[in-house]
Amino acid sequence: MLQEKFYDNFIKDDRWKYIWEGLGVTLQVTFFAVLLGIIIGFLIAIIRSTYDKTGKMKLLNFFCNVYLTVIRGTPVVVQLMIIYFVIFGSVDISKVFVAIMAFGINSGAYVAEIFRSGIMSIDNGQFEAGRSLGFNYPQTMRYIIMPQAFKNVLPALGNEFIVLLKETSVSGYIALQDLTKGGDIIRSRTYDAFMPLLAVALIYLVMVMIFTKLVNILERRLRNSDH
Amino acid sequence: MKKKLVSLVLVAACVFSMAACGSGQNSDGDTQDTTKSSEAEETDQEDAEDASEEGSGEGGTLIMATNAEFPPYEYHDGGEIVGIDAEIAQAIAEELGMTLEIEDMAFDSIITAVSSGKADMGLAGMTVDPDRQKNVNFSDTYATAAQVIIVKESSETAGPDDLVGKKIGVQLGTTGDIYAEDIEDAEIERYNKGMEAVQALQQDKIDAVVIDGEPAKVFVAENEGLKVLDEPLTEEEYAIAIAKDNDDLLEKVNSALAALKDSGKLDEIVAKYISADE
Repeated sequence: MLQEKFYDNFIKDDRWKYIWEGLGVTLQVTFFAVLLGIIIGFLIAIIRSTYDKTGKMKLLNFFCNVYLTVIRGTPVVVQLMIIYFVIFGSVDISKVFVAIMAFGINSGAYVAEIFRSGIMSIDNGQFEAGRSLGFNYPQTMRYIIMPQAFKNVLPALGNEFIVLLKETSVSGYIALQDLTKGGDIIRSRTYDAFMPLLAVALIYLVMVMIFTKLVNILERRLRNSDH
Repeated sequence: MKKKLVSLVLVAACVFSMAACGSGQNSDGDTQDTTKSSEAEETDQEDAEDASEEGSGEGGTLIMATNAEFPPYEYHDGGEIVGIDAEIAQAIAEELGMTLEIEDMAFDSIITAVSSGKADMGLAGMTVDPDRQKNVNFSDTYATAAQVIIVKESSETAGPDDLVGKKIGVQLGTTGDIYAEDIEDAEIERYNKGMEAVQALQQDKIDAVVIDGEPAKVFVAENEGLKVLDEPLTEEEYAIAIAKDNDDLLEKVNSALAALKDSGKLDEIVAKYISADE
C-alpha cells in the first residue's frame, strides 16, 4: 500500500521531476534574493546609522524609513502579487525574476534593521577611538565598526535567511513552480496529501539544517579572532 | 545522547497530540457536542464517535468543500457562496434533512479534504477522472461541461491544434490542467485561481487559457478583448466527490440527485444561472 502510494506520487509519470525542478527554482530564488537583500539592507543600514550618528543624509533617511514602513507593513505574498500583476502588469516577464525582486526587496528591509542594530550595538568609544586615530568616518565604519557589527548580527542574519528560504514557498501564487508548488502539483494529480507534503517539508528541513550548519561554521571562524 | 532521546519523545508527543485534535474536529464540531463534553468530561474518543454518528444521521450538518472562484458553479456574492453547485448541495441537504455548510478552499485541496473526512462531499464542477477515483467515490453525474480555450480577440489561435508550443494558463489541478499537459511542447502555467490565469492572459503573459466552459463565458463577458474558441478541447461530466468509506452518504446523495432530476429542480437550478440561448 505504502509502496503503491510512493509509486503513484513520485515515480509514475516522472512526478519526482516536479519536486526536483521546484527545488532548483526555490534555491535559485532564495540565493539571488539573499544577495539582493544583503545589498539593499547594507546600503540602508549605512544610511540610517549615518543619520543617527552624524545627522547627515536627512532626505535619504526619510526615503529609507518609508521603504521600511511599507515593506514591513505588508505581507510578502501581497507584495509578490503587486509586483507581478500590477508593476509588471502588461509585460511577459520571467517569474523567477519577479520572485527574486519581491523576496529580495522584502528581505532587504529586515536585513537593514539587523545590520543597523549591529552597528548601533558597537560602543561609541570604538567610533571615537577610530576618529582619534585619524580615520575619517567611512574608514572608521569600514575598519572598526563593520567587522565587529557583522559578527554580532550573524545569528540574526542567519535567522532571516532561513525565514526567507521558507517564505519563497508562496511563489505558487504567481504560478511559479517552486518546491511547494511542485508538491502541490503532485497533490493535485494523486489527491494524496501525505506523501507530497511530507516530502516537501523534509526537503525544506534538510536545506535549513545544512544552512544552519554553514552559519555555525562561519560564526566559529569569526570567533577565532576574539582573543 | 540522553537529551536527544528526551527531545525526540517530546516531539513525538506533540505530533500525536495534534493528530488527536485533528480527528476530533473532523467529525462535525456541533455546538451540542461541545456542551456535552463540558458536562461530562469523558474521554475524547467517545465524544468523537458520538459526533460522527450525529454528522451522518438526520439533522446533522453536511459539509461541502468547494473552491468558490468558479462562476457560475460557485462564487462569492455578497458574503455568501452561491452558484449551481451550492444550490444543488442545498437541495440535497434539504432532501436529507440536514443543514448545509460550505467550506471554501483551493481546488486542489478539495479531494484531500473529502478523503480525509474534513468535508462530507466535494462539489466544485469536478469531472470524474480515474486518478481522482482512486481516492474518492463519485456520485452520478449532474451536469455536462466542456474544457474550452480562451484567447485574446486578436489571437490567431483558432482551435485546439494551434495550441502546440504555446504558453497555456490553467487552474492547478483542474481537468484543463491535466489535458493541457498532453499538448505538445506547450508550457503550462498553473495558477491557483482561474481568474488569475485569465488576468495573465490579458496581460500577455500567456497565449491561452484552458478552463471549463461556463466559467469561461463569465470570464470573457467580464473582461474585454477576450473570446472563447468555438471548438472545445474536451467534453466531460461533473459529479460529486464523496469519501471512499462513506457508501451510506453516496447512496443518499445519489437518490437525492435522482429525485431532483425527476422533479425538474436540477434543470431549474442550472437554468437560473446559465441562459439557454448561449
